[in-house]
Amino acid sequence: MEPFDATVIGAGPAGMAAASLLAEQGVRTLLLDEQPGPGGQIYRGIETAPAELRRLLGADYAHGAALAARLRASGTEYRPGAAVWNVTAAREIWYSHDGASRSVHSNAVLVATGAMERPVPVPGWILPGVMGAGAVQILLKSGGFVPQNAVLAGSGPLLFLLAQQVLAAGGRIAALLETTARRSEWAALARLPGPAGWGLLAKGLKLQAELRAAGISWYRRVTDLAIEGESHAEAIRFTSAGRQHRIETALVALHEGVVPHQQMTRAFECIHRWDALQHCFRPILDEWGNTDRAGILVAGDAGGIAGARAAEHAGRIAAAEMLRQLGRVDAAGRDRLAAPDRAARARHLKPRAFLDTLYTPPAAVLRPADPVMVCRCEEVRAGQLRAVAAAGCQGPNQAKSFLRAGMGPCQGRICGPVVSAIMAETHGKSLDDIGYYRIRPPLKPVTLGELAASE
Amino acid sequence: MPSTPSASPFTRLPDSRPVLHFSFEGRKVEARAGDSLAAALLAAGILPFRATPVSGSPRAPWCMMGVCFDCLVEVDGVAGRQACLLPVAEGMRVRRQHGAKAL
Repeated sequence: MEPFDATVIGAGPAGMAAASLLAEQGVRTLLLDEQPGPGGQIYRGIETAPAELRRLLGADYAHGAALAARLRASGTEYRPGAAVWNVTAAREIWYSHDGASRSVHSNAVLVATGAMERPVPVPGWILPGVMGAGAVQILLKSGGFVPQNAVLAGSGPLLFLLAQQVLAAGGRIAALLETTARRSEWAALARLPGPAGWGLLAKGLKLQAELRAAGISWYRRVTDLAIEGESHAEAIRFTSAGRQHRIETALVALHEGVVPHQQMTRAFECIHRWDALQHCFRPILDEWGNTDRAGILVAGDAGGIAGARAAEHAGRIAAAEMLRQLGRVDAAGRDRLAAPDRAARARHLKPRAFLDTLYTPPAAVLRPADPVMVCRCEEVRAGQLRAVAAAGCQGPNQAKSFLRAGMGPCQGRICGPVVSAIMAETHGKSLDDIGYYRIRPPLKPVTLGELAASE
Repeated sequence: MPSTPSASPFTRLPDSRPVLHFSFEGRKVEARAGDSLAAALLAAGILPFRATPVSGSPRAPWCMMGVCFDCLVEVDGVAGRQACLLPVAEGMRVRRQHGAKAL
């Protein structure tokens, strides 16, 4: 087992910022990430994106280049292509690289594994040609692939940003189907951020104005989304303003926000709680990012959705605390070091309540109707989950036995949130009571041969 | 299972990275160095990537970031590879995955 003073898992904004600070302060720091280059998803491909692509992706994306450059200069031992498959409460980390497994032990571990797109279970969502909006954005960022007839459906800042980026790249959007509900808009008005949040609002309004000026077919208050097709997406049906519509397309990008990617935090069994505003589970953290497991911290969207800039600051805040835990600074030194990032992070958190309320996912996506597939891997539908719940299945972990929900290759990453929500609804329990899948290592497939040969 | 080679739903921005070739079900496909296998297949209009173990239904990528496992393909004889996490290599032999990986 290779010793490192500190290990950071995830090379998105939080991980890059944390690892850089730790290494700059002389801590022997390991940064592990599954992707071939740094940036996570928000800054995916940041080191290899051609100048033209970086320009059309916008200034927010370009900001990642500075983080990556600082990482490279910091002295961090950065290992890309490393899939972490276990993190124990004793801070042992196992990862798979090039078909071989290795283990590391650290006194301070930071989990910065970020967010994943919320599943959007609608009829037909499992058809080839239907992807998350983030997936379409990844295709644009990592390879310059530009959709030519995409329908974008859902709500949330990423959806509108993607629309802008596709148009800037010369692509064509067949339609933008916005599911934001009128009641969400009213409720959000009550949570308007003060002056600190006005900049963000102005940015959002400007973006929407640009999209309107571009003349996209924009439908509002969209409900009853359903994707048609035999072996791939062929058309999308929906209701808007009391009328039913159908648009032909082979590419549908769905989006209803992002949620913490909780697979790793669940693996070392720290306590999670349900966040009623963000409609997701998140690990319970203190102000520094400490979980209830000694020496294991979380920073960035893996701890609750706050966006890329907040993640970057959270990374440095956690790193300052890790420096204290490693005995490199005392508490006063940590406080001084972290002060600018704590102030900046607080500013970036101010608009969250407004955004989370405005973009509340529709109930039909949080708790889909019976015929809709929920567990993609094992092909379990919502109605089956409700039926076994009514017949005595107590919760998500029993659902594994009853239906194999959560037992497929994705290990419940995609279906977990929806299975918990359906179980809670059927049993009349809270999400905190009903709980979530028990997550067991390995978090990624590992062969026996690889385990046998591991150090 | 019927394959649906379609016109690609994507165009591509000018790219100066080296061109690579790999094969899918014996058919030659062009890609650029640095492309993920999933991206290269989607851009070539190749669907589906796999047939599910439960019902043999057609699937292709959902998340493009290693979370959904819907992009599983067989690469150079090894099944169960997540195409979205695999950079294309010259001469890669890729096949559609039917069902679960054989042990």
